[in-house]
Amino acid sequence: MASLRDLRGRISSVKNTQQVTRAMKMVAAAKLRRAQENIFQTRPYAFKLSEIIARLKNQLDPTSHPLFKERDEVNNVLLVIVTADRGLAGGFNANVIKQAESVIGSELAEVNANGGLKLLCVGKKGHEHFSRRGYTLVGDFRGTFDKLSFLKADEISSVAEDGFLEGKWDEVYVVYNEFKNTISQNRIVEPFIPIRADRFLTPVMENELSHIEKEDHKFENDLIYEPDVQGILNVLVPRFLNYQIWRVLLDSNAAEQGARMVAMDAATTNADELLKDLKLKYNRARQDAITKELIEITSGADALAAG
Amino acid sequence: MLVEIVSPSGRVFSGEASRVKAPGVEGSFEVLRNHAPMISAIEVGSIVVTNTGGDAITFATSGGFVEVQNNHVSVIAETAELATQIDVDRAKAAEERAVAALTGEMDAQTKAKMVKALDRSRNRLRVAMSNVGANR
Repeated sequence: MASLRDLRGRISSVKNTQQVTRAMKMVAAAKLRRAQENIFQTRPYAFKLSEIIARLKNQLDPTSHPLFKERDEVNNVLLVIVTADRGLAGGFNANVIKQAESVIGSELAEVNANGGLKLLCVGKKGHEHFSRRGYTLVGDFRGTFDKLSFLKADEISSVAEDGFLEGKWDEVYVVYNEFKNTISQNRIVEPFIPIRADRFLTPVMENELSHIEKEDHKFENDLIYEPDVQGILNVLVPRFLNYQIWRVLLDSNAAEQGARMVAMDAATTNADELLKDLKLKYNRARQDAITKELIEITSGADALAAG
Repeated sequence: MLVEIVSPSGRVFSGEASRVKAPGVEGSFEVLRNHAPMISAIEVGSIVVTNTGGDAITFATSGGFVEVQNNHVSVIAETAELATQIDVDRAKAAEERAVAALTGEMDAQTKAKMVKALDRSRNRLRVAMSNVGANR
């Protein structure tokens, strides 16, 4: 049986840990709120942009922009993997990494075997995981989430875009956690470049669009373009890609905070249970000690009286 | 005619309007009711929305797109700031920074960037100033 002092030590250490997890939970909750606001603010812009792109794509010949063109032979693929910079967020990082690895093991197995697979890891966790396993990494985007800014998104999408145009890779995919709600994330593998003819929709987007897109959808086909189609596409397409990455980063960030909040909440609850258990043990041990002392005293007194 | 202005930082404006003026890359233009469907790139300048009551609402923008479709005007702007909400001191500081930076040596790319920054800050100042006299 553990001594009283041991138990006291354990109780105070569990209490300390619980304080830490509780604080982390609060911080994550505050950050989550901010991250969510960010998402909601940027969404209208995102929807408009992808709506226009989708419409233009349907009206134009797919060869009208190099980023629309699908290549016949796909030898090289870039996989953008978005993880967090920090751990202690439940299965958040492990889940994306697992998802990425399963894609690498199935759809991209051939490309990988031929050495045509390159990874771009956003966030420290993914970077460390994949660099340790000998994958070819492109760029270094550790610490992206410490100070999340649109410029970072711009940088990432520029890398993907330039590499595609230079022929370094023929397809780009993004693997990330989408923010569904606080307690759950969707793991998404999204085709990024070339821009597909059909619009890729994540479960959350589908859900939202089903509310919005009930308005009439008759579009006239003879649009006036100013300055011209090419000019519009040249500006619109890169911006669209930037925006996609930005959306992914925001989603992943919110999902991370949500996952961390839930994980830390569970840890705090567990600590509570542990404490209850330990306190019970401690009180029993204390009572035992008192009883023993009392017995000693009374039996001592009895012995004296008898003598 | 329904007008909507969105920027990456949120929906800036949404409502009925009778006229919208925007700085197209090939010259400023104005959209009225029943305008033909159009997509136009816009550049740094001001967007003026005249609402049904005849009041003009001015925004400073640093470029983007205007889409006109079935009497629905969507402005997808990189930035769109209500003229009354522009922080004049900050815009001034940005302008001074850009001017100071432009006097130094730099490569063509940074220079183009700084020129753009100067352009944007001057535009914001201009829009903010022009709004001072308006009685609103």
